[in-house]
Amino acid sequence: MQKKVLRYIKRSIPYIILIFITLPIILLYYSLFISSISTEVIGLIPQGFTLKHWEFLKTGEIRVPGTTTTYYPNLYITTINTFILAVTIAFLEVIFSSLAGYVISRYKFRGRTRLLQIILILHSFPGITLLIALFYILNIMGLYNTLTGVIIIKVALDLPLDIWIMKGFFDGVPWDLEMSALVDGCNRLEAWWKVIMPNVRNGIMAIIIFGFLSGWSEFIYILTFISEQKYWTLSMLVYALTSGEYFYIDPGVTATVAIVYMIPVVLFFLFAQNYLLRIQITSKGTF
Amino acid sequence: MSSTLKKYFSRGYLYFFLVPSLAMIVFFFFIPAILTFLIGLTDMDYTLEWRWVGLKNFYQMLRDRWTPKIFNNTMFYVFTTLGFFNVGTALLISILTMHIDEKVGAAFRAIWLLPRITPSTVYALMWLWATRGEATSLFNWILGFLGIPPIEWRLQAPWLLVILVNGFVGASFGMIIFTAALKSIPVDYTRAALVDGASTFQMIRYVELPLIKWPVMFVTAYQTLSLLTSYEYILLVTDGGPGLYTTEVWALYSYHMAFQIYGGGSAQYGYGAALSAILVIIGLILSTIYWKVFRMGELMIEPKIEVD
Repeated sequence: MQKKVLRYIKRSIPYIILIFITLPIILLYYSLFISSISTEVIGLIPQGFTLKHWEFLKTGEIRVPGTTTTYYPNLYITTINTFILAVTIAFLEVIFSSLAGYVISRYKFRGRTRLLQIILILHSFPGITLLIALFYILNIMGLYNTLTGVIIIKVALDLPLDIWIMKGFFDGVPWDLEMSALVDGCNRLEAWWKVIMPNVRNGIMAIIIFGFLSGWSEFIYILTFISEQKYWTLSMLVYALTSGEYFYIDPGVTATVAIVYMIPVVLFFLFAQNYLLRIQITSKGTF
Repeated sequence: MSSTLKKYFSRGYLYFFLVPSLAMIVFFFFIPAILTFLIGLTDMDYTLEWRWVGLKNFYQMLRDRWTPKIFNNTMFYVFTTLGFFNVGTALLISILTMHIDEKVGAAFRAIWLLPRITPSTVYALMWLWATRGEATSLFNWILGFLGIPPIEWRLQAPWLLVILVNGFVGASFGMIIFTAALKSIPVDYTRAALVDGASTFQMIRYVELPLIKWPVMFVTAYQTLSLLTSYEYILLVTDGGPGLYTTEVWALYSYHMAFQIYGGGSAQYGYGAALSAILVIIGLILSTIYWKVFRMGELMIEPKIEVD
């Protein structure tokens, strides 16, 4: 009997340690959610249920309580900006990386090894250290304070990893498939589009999700390269609410904005975790 | 169609496919890397004019009275976060989740991925809200049960906050790599150890840990570079403060030199770029070393088919 109890305790040790170290994460997300639907929260205990923090979603105007002053851009305009940014980044990354990945996987050309080597080294090279030079380039090109500028830079810095992932997927498609398409009278472009691309659907999905999330969450480049509120994305809005101390004035509304911002992230987390895991293994992530 | 013409078309596709990516890499990696050094040799300010000053910025870096402090901060930040979280906690989670029910283990690992995919601004907001000075804030409320009086974390424990915020994001990279490595250990090894009567602890110590030595080294090397150059979460949580440069690290110092809005708005792009240039050099050296040490070259298999 005593032995049984002892074994039971022994078995629960890893669970106890895991719960203890994982608890902070769970509590942080719980707090965010509970703050958006409570009048006040003391520690973990909500004081009174309310939906009033969600009411501003009717117009998207974030006001200082009791006044009509708005210091912040409209939530919906900001969301549209964020969406445009994320979708364009995902789209361009898919196109560029599947073109380049295909060539690198299929063709033998002079400088191929060198090119792959460069791509691999760049993939671990931190692009963020180039910020000042990129700022200069955007200014010269007249792209400072435009979403286009941020999009181009994001795509460029994500590309080495994307190309690497796509090359891996193309390597897995048998050459016979392509050969039969060519024999049937496709040219190489048609063969690539009609026969090869449908066979790397998983890779394309992975790049789309990765590119979308990378654009959706982008902060530093928006903070540095965008100067007008009308081009803000949600990351800037949340940052402004935090650093402008608005979140002390109205934590409920701030939490609601953050939750709206999290929606696509949570969806991807719930339904596309396998893709995310696959990317994370090869990705440098944020760091 | 003649064969030369065919060849021409084949080549044509090649360049058509490759050009967009090559152009992006040249314009936004190579040219900026070179520009970082060149701007570092000027005292460029908000006018963006090139005024060459030679190595003045680099001499200034040696004389700058903040350099030693920022250097020490950077080392402290990188190695503490790395040791406790990016490697330490990562190992702990991956080993523990391998020794419990598989589905529960996977669920724990999934939760640890959340901070990484959460937008940095939201993640920072959650921490700042949970650690604010009032007694009703999450952290102070919990500590209240232990009889610890409420503290303003951002001001009174800035380093602890910075390391926790970064650590909870950073642990997941190692966790994924270590879990994959542990899963690939052949069953024969663990069975043999079990037959020999090894306890769980002995199994971890003498079978599992030695077998994932390389992944541990890889994560350590890789994350050193990442931590050295990343400053996003520090900027969001303490912005280098409180006070003057308490939690300022090298990469953030460079950012502040160039883009800080308050404090005169000096826009010292020249000095900022010189500080960045140091990181670019370290980044290039370390990336090349990884490439060599971890034999990434072996990943570069030749194409299965040749189209010439």
